[in-house]
Amino acid sequence: MLAFILKRLLLVLPVVLAVSLVCFLLVYIAPGDPLISVLPPDASAELAEQMRRAYGFDRPLPVQFGIWLWKALHGDLGTSIATGRAVADEVARAVGNTLRLAAVASVLGFSFGLLFGFLAGYFRDTWVDRLVTTISIAGVSTPHYWLGMVLVIIFSVQLGWLPAVGAGPGGWAWDWEHLQFLILPAITMSVIPMGIVTRTVRALVGDILSQEFVLALRAKGLGEGRVFAHVAKNATPTAVAVMGLQLGYLLGGSILIETVFSWPGTGFLLNAAIFQRDLPLLQGTILVLALFFVFLNLMVDVLQAAIDPRIKRS
Amino acid sequence: MRQPDLARLGGALFLAGMLAGPMPAARAESVVRIGMTAADIPRTLGQPDQGFEGNRFTGNTMYEGLTLWDLSSADKPSVIIPGLATEWAPDAADKTKWVFKLRPGVKFHDGSDFDADAVVWNVEKVLKQDAPHFDPSQVGVTASRMPSLRSTKAIDKMTVELTTAAPDALLPINLANLFMASPAQWKKLEAAVPASVTDPKERAKQAWAAFAGSASGTGAWKMDKFVPRERLELVKNAGYWDAKRVPKVDRLVLLPMPEANARTAALLSGQVEWIENPAPDALPQIKQRGFVIQANEQPHVWPWQFSRIEGSPWNDIRVRKAANLCIDRDGMKDGLLGGLMVPATGTFEPGHPWRGNPKFAIKYDPDAARKLMQEAGFSADKKLKVKTQTSASGSGQMLPIPMNEFIQQSLAECFFDVELDVIEWNTLFTNWRKGAKDDSARGANATNVTYAAMDPFFAMIRFLDSKMAPPVSNNWGFINEPEYDKLAADVRVAFEPAARDKALAALHERSVDEAAFLWVAHDVGPRAMSPKIKGFVQPKSWFVDFSTMTLE
Repeated sequence: MLAFILKRLLLVLPVVLAVSLVCFLLVYIAPGDPLISVLPPDASAELAEQMRRAYGFDRPLPVQFGIWLWKALHGDLGTSIATGRAVADEVARAVGNTLRLAAVASVLGFSFGLLFGFLAGYFRDTWVDRLVTTISIAGVSTPHYWLGMVLVIIFSVQLGWLPAVGAGPGGWAWDWEHLQFLILPAITMSVIPMGIVTRTVRALVGDILSQEFVLALRAKGLGEGRVFAHVAKNATPTAVAVMGLQLGYLLGGSILIETVFSWPGTGFLLNAAIFQRDLPLLQGTILVLALFFVFLNLMVDVLQAAIDPRIKRS
Repeated sequence: MRQPDLARLGGALFLAGMLAGPMPAARAESVVRIGMTAADIPRTLGQPDQGFEGNRFTGNTMYEGLTLWDLSSADKPSVIIPGLATEWAPDAADKTKWVFKLRPGVKFHDGSDFDADAVVWNVEKVLKQDAPHFDPSQVGVTASRMPSLRSTKAIDKMTVELTTAAPDALLPINLANLFMASPAQWKKLEAAVPASVTDPKERAKQAWAAFAGSASGTGAWKMDKFVPRERLELVKNAGYWDAKRVPKVDRLVLLPMPEANARTAALLSGQVEWIENPAPDALPQIKQRGFVIQANEQPHVWPWQFSRIEGSPWNDIRVRKAANLCIDRDGMKDGLLGGLMVPATGTFEPGHPWRGNPKFAIKYDPDAARKLMQEAGFSADKKLKVKTQTSASGSGQMLPIPMNEFIQQSLAECFFDVELDVIEWNTLFTNWRKGAKDDSARGANATNVTYAAMDPFFAMIRFLDSKMAPPVSNNWGFINEPEYDKLAADVRVAFEPAARDKALAALHERSVDEAAFLWVAHDVGPRAMSPKIKGFVQPKSWFVDFSTMTLE
């Protein structure tokens, strides 16, 4: 197993390097001036040149990349042009908020997804299956920002039960004063993973139930509970892979949902960075999110190999 | 089992009852929460980012300049008044030197005195590159707003001398943008930077970062709590030097809410008492629920800025005038924007001291427009092709695509064939500086970038003076008319306020008579607020005074 993990880690290194290069270059391809947030368009040409030098944008691109990468390797993602704050601090704060949101959304989405998926798979072609399939299709088809707005209109504007936007009175705590802000964005965010997990698990369970070994298990007189355990074990590696990918998306935050709810996570941060054309913040945030994804894929690979030894052998 | 001591329990309950019961109720703190359109709290270290919204919320609240904008009237134009300086005048012998007398008895929030050394220190923070507290991150947003200022020196404890590169009568107006931060507070924070940080620039950077979280200015509001990207809480400065402007509300909470529907929902659900720029289609519901909509003409212009390079169709004054006469601005106001605009008949409207008396009356007169176009050689069969660059969104752009499509349809009635080139906002903004000759214009002969008209340089000179052509400033269309240059030069040396207003009026008058722009609209800065908020005045300005309001 250790050799497997080491091999995977070695494969991750070039991916990380490529990701960092793409992150750095992507934002340079976009049009516009990187100093737009601190330099009004009416600033003089001399002032613009002075600012360009101060921020190091006058250097050749490979030199800029080298400096950026070296600092990033030491945990320094630079300074936000717009706010003057350290990018690492900004990203860390946003990641914390997104992690909380993703954690609650994934618990909701995965729990209901697994439940609905197994129900639909077990009771295939019955009204239960049709009901669950309808719910899951609605989940993956509904634009989540629209759902967010509808939930806000119902639960905040009309009923006044939950706050419409924000993350609470500053600084997170797991109390009602803060949790109430998490409920609507978490529900909104959970709908797509719920739909995807439901559909995946339904297909898996249906497929496994039609295999001969299940017939053999039943012929041997195993109870439905024992049969279910075998089905679950066979479905787990694929379900874990799908949930891992979905968790990756959730951890990346959602620009739309976080903007609709003014939730100060990574999506909200990216939105601000894009509109302010804050290059260091944009590069730092994208890099951290991409590394999250790479790390999560690695975890899923290791987990799958631990559950199903055939994967390790292959 | 151990029995409770009933006597002691009874005593404790009695004491608790005494404490809970007869205590007089403390006066509840009055709090106004505001949903801003910004996606982040504007910078809090003195010179805010995010344009005038930044100045509105974290500039004018916590800090002040030597001069201030008068925000006390909803009817009169907002003008410059004394702030941290009580009087000023240029040197009679050398007009590049100005002497400012400072207001005595003013203290920063940290308790230190405001004096001439503080002014020198604040000028140097953005102009003197070898000053220990020089901060490049504040230079861009400051130096460009006071382009002629070069240096300063203290004459005595309460008098400073400011020097400009050339005689510049506009300096007192520009100085409203230089906010005075506390040198004592900064030095205290710089001393707290770990000794292991030895690079002076890095120490200054860290001290400014700390200052942003522990701000100290002289303004009517003091920083109390700051959570980056989430909230800024300000409390009233009870010791503010102007007793009339000591805030009547105890606390102001500023929350970033960039999405219009989110802001509207926050207001309707009672999460905030005030939102900036509510979603236009939610206005009926907001009003129906008893909220108050505040709006007033802002020094903002929504124009088409014409290219005047060789071959541009806008070089013909008849065409420029025809376009200005062919837009039904009232129709746009009532039909498209729900009343939230003021039809523009120039950069400044009647009643403004810089308006003048233009002879060309901008109004909706399609017959006159068609006549001018026919004189210029165009007709229904021979339409004039024009191309305009615009964006899908952007700060101050209002509803750029629907408004441009409205203009496109209107101008079609007057023999124009308008092509719209919609590009990303930041790109449009960057191109603004490159000019109509640059490839980035993609053959467009007009650009649609809105602008602030708070002070004369930004309202007129940067567009009309030939010396302001790219790459120097925003004369995008390369206007090159000696008369504008002469009038702009007159403005620079009109040091008496009355003479300055007269010179500015002459420049504006000329620009309207020459139909220098297609003037379309002025924004009205709409904001919706709880009916509990009383005493608020929305001036004809980008800024507001938060001190006057009360909360019932």
